[in-house]
Amino acid sequence: MTLAEKIYLPAIATGMAITIKHFFQKKVTIRYPEVKRYLGPVFRGRHVLKRDEQGRERCTACGLCAVACPAEAIQIVAEERKKGEEHLYREEKYAAIYEVNMLRCIFCGLCEEACPKQAVYLRHDEFVPVFTERDQVIWGKDLLTENMNNRYLRKAWTKEEAREQNLIEAKGEAAEFVPRAIP
Amino acid sequence: METKPDLLKITFDGIEVEVEAGTTIMQAARRIAEADASQGHLVPPAMCYYKPLEGSGGKCRACLVKVAQGSAKDTRPMPKLVPSCITMVQDGMVVENVTNPAVLEERKAIVEFLLLNHPLDCPICDQAGECHLQDFAYEHGSSNQRYEEERRTFEKHDIGPYIQLHMTRCILCYRCVYTADQITEKRVHGVLGRGDAAEISTYIEKSIDNDFSGNVIDVCPVGALTDKTYRFKNRVWFSKPVDAHRDCDKCSSHVTLWYRGEEVIRVTARKNEWGEVEEWICNTCRFEKKKTSDWIIEGPTKVLRSSVVSANKYRADTVKKPDFALRLANSQYKPIDDSRPFITDEETVRQLSIENNRKANERSAFENTEN
Repeated sequence: MTLAEKIYLPAIATGMAITIKHFFQKKVTIRYPEVKRYLGPVFRGRHVLKRDEQGRERCTACGLCAVACPAEAIQIVAEERKKGEEHLYREEKYAAIYEVNMLRCIFCGLCEEACPKQAVYLRHDEFVPVFTERDQVIWGKDLLTENMNNRYLRKAWTKEEAREQNLIEAKGEAAEFVPRAIP
Repeated sequence: METKPDLLKITFDGIEVEVEAGTTIMQAARRIAEADASQGHLVPPAMCYYKPLEGSGGKCRACLVKVAQGSAKDTRPMPKLVPSCITMVQDGMVVENVTNPAVLEERKAIVEFLLLNHPLDCPICDQAGECHLQDFAYEHGSSNQRYEEERRTFEKHDIGPYIQLHMTRCILCYRCVYTADQITEKRVHGVLGRGDAAEISTYIEKSIDNDFSGNVIDVCPVGALTDKTYRFKNRVWFSKPVDAHRDCDKCSSHVTLWYRGEEVIRVTARKNEWGEVEEWICNTCRFEKKKTSDWIIEGPTKVLRSSVVSANKYRADTVKKPDFALRLANSQYKPIDDSRPFITDEETVRQLSIENNRKANERSAFENTEN
């Protein structure tokens, strides 16, 4: 070993320099429960049952989501719309009960793809919260239907739309797409 | 001397078949499929033709085929596509169905034509999943439509207490009219108006109060005539069909019960492989007997694997068990005879158990003498 290596001090100095450099660097971690990351426009989080622009429920209880569901997590009971309920439901049939078993759900998004009425979507901005009680597992319509005062907004509502927007953004023709509530 | 019936030989899509004189091309094609199940795709689709109903057919044009050679004597092809359900065969006829691209192209046009005025409300319609028009459009249609005008619409209409008519969905196949003709002597159910305004109707709001009027529901290829007691109860593919019969003084009562869990939500007549009902059932069986205790269960209805009714239902032989478990079971346990018939008749069950007891007694007596 040379004398410089024998006294170790230069090596300690370089080591400390590396350590101290990291104090001033941008942190790669975030403080999770308080701060949340943006998960991207196609993330599949918790379910939402959409309403249309007049606040009527879109779901018509056709059962295609339930038959497409590989985990058999969805249960639907249909009912006929009565006179005077036209402002509540879009079609003459509606889902009286729409339940998703969140323990069964694998968030594959097949229900979203099967839906012919653009009624069921998986939110890209919200998770299913952690369960602590049994009765929190099955989500009924009270939790799933969209709140008209706080609507779920999204930039693109279909894959095709998202692809188109990506192309436009890549070309630099338009800067920002405004998120909107109606698919 | 015994006279042999004259058999005519025709070639259907390259397959030769011998049929009696007076058979239609459609029936000849069905005969091919009945002899060899793998040829089922050759049979032309039928929207209006219904074999048990006399006079049906020739209206929807879904079954058009090309006759490449009229007969052995006159080998010229027929100038236009012919409806196979009402065209009789002739000796030496050569018919092209799926082998002729022009026929398939024509069929696409027919689908588009039938869907001109048909609403796309399959998510609401109770017939979805067992709708012939849905199948027909899925198999033969193209996915887009060029029609831009307003569709014709009608009000919903009640025919008697049990049947609802959605005229908007009707494709005017006339099957229900022929059924009504067959079950009643007085004609109360027919088609009023012509062209776009044509409409299935019971004359002056007269409902069919015949005991067999419910059969128009089964006969309807679309969801125009539906069961009011089943309205919006459940989708077809979530219910489980089971064959059953009961002691009925009016009909053969050979029915299919549609279960949701333990509850009978619908009763229909049995359909054969062409979706046709051969035995009519009465309204008492169809609308009033909705308890399992009313029926003698014969066993589950056979449903094609490709049908939506079998979605999310798993047959034992399609679920593969791991090799090791099978080998272990083979070495450890006696094989189980699963071919035993499904018996519900109490008297037979009693006789069988007496027989089994007798055999067991004999066996133990034999073992005792050996010792």
